[in-house]
Amino acid sequence: MTAFTPWSALLGGAMIGTAALLLWVAIGRIAGVSGILAGALFPPGAGGASERSWRAVFLLGLPLGALLTGWAQGGLEIAVSTEPIGIIVAGLLVGFGTQLGSGCTSGHGVCGIGRGSKRSIAATLTFMTTGALTVYLVRHLLGGGS
Amino acid sequence: MKTLGASLFAGLLFGAGLALSQMTNPAKVQNFLDLFGTWDPSLALVMGAALAVTATGFKATARRTAPLCEPAFSAPARRDIDAPLLVGAALFGVGWGLAGFCPGPAVAALSLNVLQVRLFVVAVLLGIAAHRWIYTPFIAMHTKRHSRRLRSG
Repeated sequence: MTAFTPWSALLGGAMIGTAALLLWVAIGRIAGVSGILAGALFPPGAGGASERSWRAVFLLGLPLGALLTGWAQGGLEIAVSTEPIGIIVAGLLVGFGTQLGSGCTSGHGVCGIGRGSKRSIAATLTFMTTGALTVYLVRHLLGGGS
Repeated sequence: MKTLGASLFAGLLFGAGLALSQMTNPAKVQNFLDLFGTWDPSLALVMGAALAVTATGFKATARRTAPLCEPAFSAPARRDIDAPLLVGAALFGVGWGLAGFCPGPAVAALSLNVLQVRLFVVAVLLGIAAHRWIYTPFIAMHTKRHSRRLRSG
């Protein structure tokens, strides 16, 4: 059980959208975290160092930003109910799936739909559906988690 | 240098927003996906607010020919909905539901000292590498053999 938190959701969401817009206007890149992770690991083209460095500092900013919010609020809540083996399987699916499907919640859900991309709308509807089905299966049919 | 500064600031703001909206808490995400259980609609508002900003912002800046700190924009140009897009998104969704993490919140949650977060991020990197090292060469080999067969037949 988690409480519905409309105000922090709206404010946090607006910050995420502003960050994505800033990355686009300042450096002309899409703030899709799965793509940025993959590009940091395997820099595209011949751009080598510079292709890797902007991605590396963006990725570094994510936990630092979370740390700032944590300090301001006096802590962050985190409750992981999945067993380590499930976490590993999930991570592999997320890593592989986002490469095959060209994006994740941020790239398709926040940036792609914002650009009016039909591919992103299709991808977002698909991962929302399989995500909900998976939670239904795990929580209500298999009875695990909470 | 300006590029790096802007990227770092964008990452900071993105991570702070994810943490403020509690998307770094997998229970929150799984409860959003749990329509027939302990449903928590917060994630819909996070995405809605983010989209309101990006949609208006992208439209307002559509006439720009170049970004502020770099010579050119770089955005995906494809418009076709193909099988890899849908299969990939479907697999991603299964992993997302199973763990309650997607890449952004997981990397942001590395700020917390939690073993499962680190495990998840390492597994994501391995999944990306598997696509790059195993899947892509396999498909390339398959396509080459197929086109050779077409030529000889």
